Amino acid sequence: MKPKPYMNPYLAGIFLGFVLLTTIYITGRGLGASGGVKSAVLFGVEQVAPEHYNTVEYYAKYQKSNPGSPLNSWLFYEIIGVAVGAFLSGIISNRVDLKLEKGPGITNKTRIGFAIAGGLLFGLGSQIGRGCTSGAALSGMAVQSVGGIVTMMAIFGSAYMVAFFFRRLWIR
Amino acid sequence: MAPLVPEILSNEFNLVIAFIVGIGFGYALEQGGFSSTRKLVGLFYGYDFTVLKVFFTAGITAMTGVILFGHLGWLDLSVIYVNPMFVWPALIGGGIMGVGFILGGFCPGTSICAAAVGRIDAVAFVVGSVIGIFIFTEFYPVFEPIMNMGALGNLTLSEAFSMPSEIVGILIIIIAFVAFYFTSKIEDRVSGKDRTPAKETQMKYAVVGAIPVLVMFLVLITPNKKEAVMAEVEQNSRIELASSQLMDIDKMAFELMNRAHLYNVIDVRDTASYKAGSIPSAVHIPFDQMYERRFRSMYRQPYKTNVFIGDDLDQVRDAVELARELGDEDPEMLVASVVEFRNKVFNPVKPTGDVNKQRLDEYRFHVDAKRNLEKMEERLKNMSKPVVREKVTIQGGC
Repeated sequence: MKPKPYMNPYLAGIFLGFVLLTTIYITGRGLGASGGVKSAVLFGVEQVAPEHYNTVEYYAKYQKSNPGSPLNSWLFYEIIGVAVGAFLSGIISNRVDLKLEKGPGITNKTRIGFAIAGGLLFGLGSQIGRGCTSGAALSGMAVQSVGGIVTMMAIFGSAYMVAFFFRRLWIR
Repeated sequence: MAPLVPEILSNEFNLVIAFIVGIGFGYALEQGGFSSTRKLVGLFYGYDFTVLKVFFTAGITAMTGVILFGHLGWLDLSVIYVNPMFVWPALIGGGIMGVGFILGGFCPGTSICAAAVGRIDAVAFVVGSVIGIFIFTEFYPVFEPIMNMGALGNLTLSEAFSMPSEIVGILIIIIAFVAFYFTSKIEDRVSGKDRTPAKETQMKYAVVGAIPVLVMFLVLITPNKKEAVMAEVEQNSRIELASSQLMDIDKMAFELMNRAHLYNVIDVRDTASYKAGSIPSAVHIPFDQMYERRFRSMYRQPYKTNVFIGDDLDQVRDAVELARELGDEDPEMLVASVVEFRNKVFNPVKPTGDVNKQRLDEYRFHVDAKRNLEKMEERLKNMSKPVVREKVTIQGGC
């Protein structure tokens, strides 16, 4: 079966906006993503090297402000939901398929390498900037936060600045 | 009044909420096309601006809702999480994220979506983001010096530009609409196809697009919930209170001595006056904080009668009306100032000369009241102060 076309972007946006609004109404906070990945990272460190987890500055500080298991965090549960929701949507619209998506001019190996590098930078940047496109940019816009909007402009501004140099990755 | 966490829903249940809204988030992102890396990156090469359209529409929808809910008094905007502004971390972190976006073709949320529908490159991106975050936590001392540079607090655009948030909202909407129009033109030029929607569709877009602008405009020109309540209070406080709702000094003293458990005395003066001495057992809610959500349960409690006290009787009268607006069914007030109460009860003057029995009885009552209430005051001083709920602050962000 052929994958169904994507939803009208404005309709999808309104839907996403209502999800965000509901979240703010119920919990008083917005959505996020990188923070959930951080919880998983902290959990990994706690399991693999408990002593390290208890002594090194960042982890010790985190434990003090967030007692209990690092997985016991709002954003971790939220990103599990994100994966489930995306999977459901993929099933409904016939888009679940084990494949690799890339620009026309590069090999699979190159794509994987750059995906890891990009993820690494995004992960690092999200911690410095206190939030990613979801937590800072989207949720920040909903509450008109200057911090969120400046982060958003920095993300997109920087992406536009370097887009030209990496055009071979994506277009012919 | 929302947010529902932590007052109505517990923090534990909040994690279930997180999972449920996460499903909605993931579903919306996937349906919007965010699980396709080519679609995401199209934004930067001009062939597909879907992401920008979904993103801005979502932001505008949520922003309009937040402003409307706040205006109607459904959502307490003073406690919701506003991402703090740190100038340098935002610029440096954002700059790094932008490069990551071009190299990897995802952002953290979209990579999870794409991985969930089986995109191998997205799995690689998630692995990369785990490594990136690990580098940050492991080498935190290296990044720490820049983390707090340019701290401006939880600043909102409306504070930064000293403009009402509705005007800021309307400006953002206009910017978004202009962006939608021009990016569609760019898309057409890059793809070489004219995909201008039919006249009818254009009309639909215009109508839907006008809704948030109209909402913002109405919010701007109509009084908000608090203003409306205050106007009502001002009007109602001109009406005489029924005598059953009024307490004079002697009645108050008598009730406190004999049936203190039936009353909840609320002092609405400022903190300095309250500290200088109030009526024994009185809790303190300054008049200008009475509207705050944390005190509301006190007005609504059904077991005790609230008695409002203060020095400015007009203000106490307003406090009674405000409590009534906020759910108190039988508020009462002391028809004398706190200072008068203390003078009369704590400094009884023995009548001299030829006095009738009634004056003497009154005097004996005051001596008795002084003894009892002083004891009561002393006892309460040693007890823990009445529990006043702290203002909740909500943590958010990534």
